[in-house]
Amino acid sequence: MSIRERLSGNEAAAIAMKQINPDVVAAFPITPSTEIPQYFSTFVANGSVDTEFVAVESEHSAMSACIGAEAAGSRAMTATSANGLSLMWEMIYIASSLRLPIVLSLVNRAVSGPLNIHNDHSDAMGVRDSGWIMLFSENNQEVYDNLIMAHKIAENKDVKLPLMVCQDGFITSHSIENIELEEDEKVKKFVGKYKPEHYLLNQQEPISVGPLDLQAYLFEHKVQQANAMKNAKKVILEVAKNFELMTGRKYGLFEEYKLDDAEVAIVCMNSTAGTTKYVVDALREKGIKAGLLKIRVYRPFPSEEVAKALSHLKAIAVLDKSDSLNGAGGALFEDVTSAMYVEKKYVPTVNYVYGIGGRDTKADDIKNVYEDLLEIAKSGKVVNTYRYFGVRKEAQD
Amino acid sequence: MPYNLKEVVANKPSRFTSGHRMCAGCGAPPAARMIMRALKPEDHAVIAGATGCMEVSTFIYPYTSWTDSFIHTAFECAAATLSGAEAAYQSLKKQGKIDNTTKFIAFGGDGGTYDIGIQSLSGAMERGHDMVYVCYDNGAYMNTGIQRSSATPKFADTTTSPAGKVIPGKMQSRKDLTKIMIGHHLPYVAQTIGYMNFKDLYEKSEKAIYTQGPAFLNVLTPCPRGWGYPTDTLMQINKLAVETCYWPLYEVIDGKYKINYKPAKKLPIEEFLKPQKRFRHMFLPGNEWMIEEFQKEVDSRWQELLNLEEITNKE
Repeated sequence: MSIRERLSGNEAAAIAMKQINPDVVAAFPITPSTEIPQYFSTFVANGSVDTEFVAVESEHSAMSACIGAEAAGSRAMTATSANGLSLMWEMIYIASSLRLPIVLSLVNRAVSGPLNIHNDHSDAMGVRDSGWIMLFSENNQEVYDNLIMAHKIAENKDVKLPLMVCQDGFITSHSIENIELEEDEKVKKFVGKYKPEHYLLNQQEPISVGPLDLQAYLFEHKVQQANAMKNAKKVILEVAKNFELMTGRKYGLFEEYKLDDAEVAIVCMNSTAGTTKYVVDALREKGIKAGLLKIRVYRPFPSEEVAKALSHLKAIAVLDKSDSLNGAGGALFEDVTSAMYVEKKYVPTVNYVYGIGGRDTKADDIKNVYEDLLEIAKSGKVVNTYRYFGVRKEAQD
Repeated sequence: MPYNLKEVVANKPSRFTSGHRMCAGCGAPPAARMIMRALKPEDHAVIAGATGCMEVSTFIYPYTSWTDSFIHTAFECAAATLSGAEAAYQSLKKQGKIDNTTKFIAFGGDGGTYDIGIQSLSGAMERGHDMVYVCYDNGAYMNTGIQRSSATPKFADTTTSPAGKVIPGKMQSRKDLTKIMIGHHLPYVAQTIGYMNFKDLYEKSEKAIYTQGPAFLNVLTPCPRGWGYPTDTLMQINKLAVETCYWPLYEVIDGKYKINYKPAKKLPIEEFLKPQKRFRHMFLPGNEWMIEEFQKEVDSRWQELLNLEEITNKE
């Protein structure tokens, strides 16, 4: 029987970590993810987990310690946000290149500067090419569920890649919602024991990790990493299937909300999907065929599947909660439009950069996007694909 | 405990094997070999290397000189990386998932330790992990081509503190990292070098490895390319570093200083400076003041050490 609770997104993440009971957690506080190591160190202090908590002096050391711990043969986890992830950046790449299935809880926040502690996705977008599996979560339930599934995906022998579970800072991390938790024993059984093939602490088979890897080998090692990321897609779906058997909750690479018969649709990630669903319902009541595609698995990016799911539409808006500052559009927009192009599907598509630095995303903003899409669907014409909403008009001139 | 160093060297197999690509005449590999020899044969070890000469020369895929487990991640975080491995050991041991005895040793050059890695080192030592951090100090960023570090002695000619027409080499004094580590109140801190058959180095390594909690060893390891001495004179350079009191051999156990070697007749600093090309400009006519100043600093640091030994051993 599932347990009904009321938890914030950070509490949900901490409870999931408690049930996973990792061998090592190394973390450094940063708003808005601070509560996760706080709650977790209470579990450690009260002896409700077997974990060694390493209260490191920086996020760079947090990821370094996780790498050391995971390479040593243990399960290691951490949590961070924004500049914390920026400081980890060097080690983020090293973690994935060493094929260490570390799991990180990323509470998305704007990366400086200037300094801002509120939500957008600029932190996650900065590591999108680092070889980490990236799962996004609409609400606290998805945060919890994604974390429970994380190790089964990351530690799979065909994958062996680190994984981060993203959620929106404050919007979900600090909002209390209803949630269904699974029993400790069920989670323990689902997650299973970690049995690495090779590890530093094995006296019978000492290993060397992290060599100088020169021209004759690095390329092959990178291709292996790329293949692991490709393999992850299948594994994510297998794990989701088993998770559904345990909980009844169904997960895919993305969620299609009233998309089947939709004429216009929004593509977005994390909590904005909740607001968008509300708007879609309201528009549907008026007979407008609006739909939503919510990305869950951002890395590996499900190009083929996304293109297929969007191909029947008359107009698409891709919402990016991070500006790529490249003069062309946001990262998700480029991923979606590339996917469509490669699959030879053309649908008029526009990009909206929104919600930067915690700017509120209102139902009316989303409604306006659908209205723009209906206009595009009618005319078939797209003027200016790189747009903003929710920003003062004078800033755009 | 009485022991015979010759027998130790003859009977304990080297856990840091030959075939690595460190330069001839470099002080680091013999130091590393001796430190590794201080491990009990039955114990397993996890070694962490900061990016630097030693790491890039001893673990080039698919070869390694390390017979124990070894991990390298990046330049500034050997201490943090190893602290994670040590935490894993404590956790798995507590849970009954492993039963061997594993010791943890990190190696970093002065770049990876005095400079870019000092934060991660300080953090790991303060947290009290049961590990040894060894700084092999060659007094500059030798791996990237002899750039000055905070361990570079004053007036040394490096590629980023060149002895020019206006500025005569590095203008700042050397940071005293050993003292900074003593300030962490660790159970064991020592400064050593490969001298007198490596006895001092061997004994301090053993103490550092088998003292419960964090320990720090600062080992001076001359660099023939950066210092400019003939490769076959390494042991002579080591000797002069100690006999001039440029690099005093001492240890601090629970706050008590012990100077392990006091030269009967302290040699003038010129003896140490003269054979090294990086100090060549100090011997040009008109630059006598540089040698005087250098000598003054060596004398004051030595005196400070003598004072500290006296103060901390007072009943």
